[in-house]
Amino acid sequence: MSDPVLIAGHGLGAVRGERVLFQDVSLEAAPGELILLRGANGSGKTTLLRQLAGLSEPQAGTVERTVLHHWIGHTNGLKAHETPRSHLRHWARVWGGDTDIAAILTEMGLKRPANVPSRMLSAGQKRRTALSRLRLQDRELWLLDEPFNALDTDGQARLANMIESHRAAGGSVIAALHGDAPIEATREVEL
Amino acid sequence: MLSYLANPLRFMRFSRLAVPICFALGVLMIGWSLYNGLFIVPPDALQGGDLIRAMFTHVPSAWLSMGLYAALAGASFVWYIWRHELADVAARAIAPIGAGYTALCFITGSIWGQKGWGAGWHNLILGDSRLMSVLVMLFLFLGYIALRAALETRQKAARAAAILALVGIVNVPIIKVSVDMWQTTTIHQESSVLKIGGSEPREDDEGMNPVYLQQLLWGFGGHTLLASAMILMLMRAEVYTQQAERQLALKLEER
Amino acid sequence: MTAPAPLLSAFRQAFSEAWASGAGLLLPLGFFAGTATLVPFTLGGEADLLSRVGPGILWLALALSSMVTLERVFQADLQDGALDLWLQDTGSISLVAAIKTLTHWLVSGFPLVLMTPLIGFMLGVPAEKMIPAMLGYAMGGLVFFLWGGVAAALSASVARGGLLIALIALPLYVPALIFGVQMVDAGVDSPSFLFLCACTLFALGVAPAAMGAALRLAAE
Repeated sequence: MSDPVLIAGHGLGAVRGERVLFQDVSLEAAPGELILLRGANGSGKTTLLRQLAGLSEPQAGTVERTVLHHWIGHTNGLKAHETPRSHLRHWARVWGGDTDIAAILTEMGLKRPANVPSRMLSAGQKRRTALSRLRLQDRELWLLDEPFNALDTDGQARLANMIESHRAAGGSVIAALHGDAPIEATREVEL
Repeated sequence: MLSYLANPLRFMRFSRLAVPICFALGVLMIGWSLYNGLFIVPPDALQGGDLIRAMFTHVPSAWLSMGLYAALAGASFVWYIWRHELADVAARAIAPIGAGYTALCFITGSIWGQKGWGAGWHNLILGDSRLMSVLVMLFLFLGYIALRAALETRQKAARAAAILALVGIVNVPIIKVSVDMWQTTTIHQESSVLKIGGSEPREDDEGMNPVYLQQLLWGFGGHTLLASAMILMLMRAEVYTQQAERQLALKLEER
Repeated sequence: MTAPAPLLSAFRQAFSEAWASGAGLLLPLGFFAGTATLVPFTLGGEADLLSRVGPGILWLALALSSMVTLERVFQADLQDGALDLWLQDTGSISLVAAIKTLTHWLVSGFPLVLMTPLIGFMLGVPAEKMIPAMLGYAMGGLVFFLWGGVAAALSASVARGGLLIALIALPLYVPALIFGVQMVDAGVDSPSFLFLCACTLFALGVAPAAMGAALRLAAE
């Protein structure tokens, strides 16, 4: 019996208009893995990640997920009127369970702007708020689209730490990334 | 038959023959019904004299506007369930033809109504509920075409349009009933085509005179064939366009 | 997702979003009142005429103001990424969409119902027609918001979707409009009111599924 697979994509393909973005991409993620999707702009990293997350319908191939996942897209999912605190409280309620939101805010360095509406927050603070959702509920699979975008050095180090400890706990991460990665990947998929 | 043609190659082979045949037969039948309808059949006193001649276009186009919307919804359904590309190509081709026939039905009906019922232009639309539901039909078609045009990729447009067509078709009966209730004193006659050949033909029976019916049936057949020919032609054009765009995408990529 | 907790949260989020954008909330109200105010100017001040066309004008204003609100509802969710979060692991985006639509009806449709007597008296609508009119606007407004929501969801990814929403939604508004206008005349115990309620139930049954499908598509 090999490792359990958290997510598997078989022969995935994407077409936009009549243009083929990618075809016949297969990948699997086992616990503890960090898979990076690499490729130039427009190569379809985001599209592939969205197909894996079930947000886009693959034009070819299938995706099997065996566990719940967290999704961090290139948009943060914050409403203009939401504060970091109310955003986290909202999704904590939707997902159920009782998490200590104050502790998460402190951990993510969002203690001071916790009650500021997101339209007044910086891009980095909004990104941190979105990433805080990863702490709301334990989910084995994280799907991250350019997670390091807009983060300062401190934020990048923090996220790298989070990813490391998530993997150590048996979780797995698939991230779309351009540029240098501040983290060591177990596997890279070139598009 | 339909699943046999679902293969695009077979479809292209079939339609290459079918288009000219349907087109020629359709034009001939329409011509025959128009020639007889306009010059041969006697004027009808009850239907405004010579105005009855509008019927040979009005009634077939009324039937086609309904029929084509149903076909549009059917193709959308097939596409939504089985994701068959050709079904979407068909839906896309049906829409403008359906809109055209709906407009034709509305225009001919207006002319007929304006003279025949002495309704006058001012209460032309308001005077008749059946024409009013034709107008609403036209808006359903136009909304469909506009939505398709507004979405940026073919895949998105196909999905959104299919949803809209299905929402539309479940609403069509309700719209029909409500518009009929809105104007209970319609001056439009009841449908009289099916009253022909009743078991006891009487002098005052409202059933249609066979002289007219014959030409009407030629018109039905002819317009159905012509519409099919036009839809198949648009479908062929769409298949070619997609092939061309695919090659264009590859060419642009290479640079 | 069948648990009520997520739906309650969806309601709370939609409500505070609508509330936070105060202009969006007041916009339909102002539109409604403004349209009604312009009517006497366009038709002349004859009390007789105004009281006859008044309820119909209010129906028109209600239909149009529902579309004014709906344009942004799903477009905002798509742009800020909240739609992705709702979609990622909920089996029923349809329910969330329905809750959002109903919330917006509550915030910007229902106040129009409450304003009816005020504007109604201004247009000289007889007092005995006021209760049927308010009931009719409440039920008919639900139909408008539900079908309008479908149109808005379908055109969520279109940059200037407002006119498109109007074109798509108007034919779907026709039955509720016809029955609604009839019931204002015929009263609450008329078949028209039952037909109007049937329209509302039908929209409640069909529109959420269509909105869900349309939103899945918009997210792509």
